[in-house]
Amino acid sequence: MLFELREVSLRRGERRVLDSVSAAIPQGAAAIVGPSGSGKSTLLRLLNRLADPDSGTIAYRKRPLAGYDPLALRRDVSLVPQLPALLEGTVESNLRYAAGLAGKRLDTERCLRLAGLDAGFAGRDVAKLSVGEQQRTMLARALAQQPRVLLLDEPTSALDRAAREAVEATLAALRGEADISLVLVSHDPEQARRLAGWALRLEQGRVAACGALEEALA
Amino acid sequence: MSISIQVSLGQVAAALALVALAAAISLWRRADLERDIAIATVRSFVQLTAIGYAIKLIFEADTIWLVLALLSAMVLFGAFTARSRARRVPGAFWPLLIALAAAGMTTLGLVVALGIFEATPRYLVPVGGMVIGNAMTAAAVALNRLGDEVGESRAAIEATLALGATAREAAAPYVRRALRSGTITLVDSTKTTGLIFFPGTMVGMLLAGAEPTDAVRLQLILLYALLGSVAIAALVATGLAYRNFFTPAQQLREPVS
Repeated sequence: MLFELREVSLRRGERRVLDSVSAAIPQGAAAIVGPSGSGKSTLLRLLNRLADPDSGTIAYRKRPLAGYDPLALRRDVSLVPQLPALLEGTVESNLRYAAGLAGKRLDTERCLRLAGLDAGFAGRDVAKLSVGEQQRTMLARALAQQPRVLLLDEPTSALDRAAREAVEATLAALRGEADISLVLVSHDPEQARRLAGWALRLEQGRVAACGALEEALA
Repeated sequence: MSISIQVSLGQVAAALALVALAAAISLWRRADLERDIAIATVRSFVQLTAIGYAIKLIFEADTIWLVLALLSAMVLFGAFTARSRARRVPGAFWPLLIALAAAGMTTLGLVVALGIFEATPRYLVPVGGMVIGNAMTAAAVALNRLGDEVGESRAAIEATLALGATAREAAAPYVRRALRSGTITLVDSTKTTGLIFFPGTMVGMLLAGAEPTDAVRLQLILLYALLGSVAIAALVATGLAYRNFFTPAQQLREPVS
């Protein structure tokens, strides 16, 4: 198992964002689906310790998350947020920053290609990119760290149809890459069907279903 | 330099004519500032008179301990005052207190160690007051900016943390901007000093009958000391305060409401 969650709960003020969530997320491509406000993004943020639950435990590769150095964990389990948030500078400087943090040698061209961008993007100022291009740069930046898991929070929500299809094609291709697991948050069950083989469905912070894709989405 | 000037209460009272003018303008243009002008006038009179007598006592007692007590009180009140400007920064008081104390001690320590001023109440009290006052403004502006920057850039900061950057690395661009905004006002006013405005010390000395060259030199010493102190205050305040936005596990805390 990639992640094992046991009785994970989290409150924000009076609201229970996650309520006794237990699930075992397998390697490969998994989707977390559910209506907006159901706790999907919050759950994703727990998986690389951008936040911690109030109670319950999460294990990554059978070891409790609390036992990992959070910085090392985040370089291995890379989260791509819903909205692009790049550092000032060029596409390449962003990739170089990420690779440097992870202590990895940067292959700019490969990262850009995997994210569906051509090599000409390397020198582009990120402030001048479209939202779709920025989102793909975020993906390339995460790939520059050569993570073993990619956490993707609504990776196509800010995109038009053409850009969405391009990113989905990229993600589908990534699934073929050895040693990369994807955990994808999506409000769209169809997208989960296109990209994942396993799903966890949340409703109001509780597990409504989880398991093989069709079973969980039924 | 021994210069002396006598100012009577009558002269001070006469200057109130200009306060009346300010109030009249406010009334005429409906700026609704009359009440604030009145409060400012009364407060300035009471506060400055009180501090005037306090300084007189300290000068007469001629002991360093009273000077330290006065400067410590200024640092404490300065930190409280600056905290109200940095509401979006969690736990801003301690960073501000340490920043003001560091700015005051370093600046006064250096001007004494370099032989610029003697370590006597006559020098330490006025210079310390200016240093701490300017340091307070710089630290308050810097933390106010830091709070705004972090508040508006939460997504970008989390995105950087998500790459495995430390809190320090993720906050660096915002800390840099905050430090800059805390320092830039004094740097800019120092650039234009003598061209667009005459700074207070120089004006005071000229009015008191000092040689213009002496007035200018003393003013330069103070300007340079202030540049150092505001930079230290902004550096220490931002360098300590940014940590309060993060947990020990390098997570961005929920915003303070």
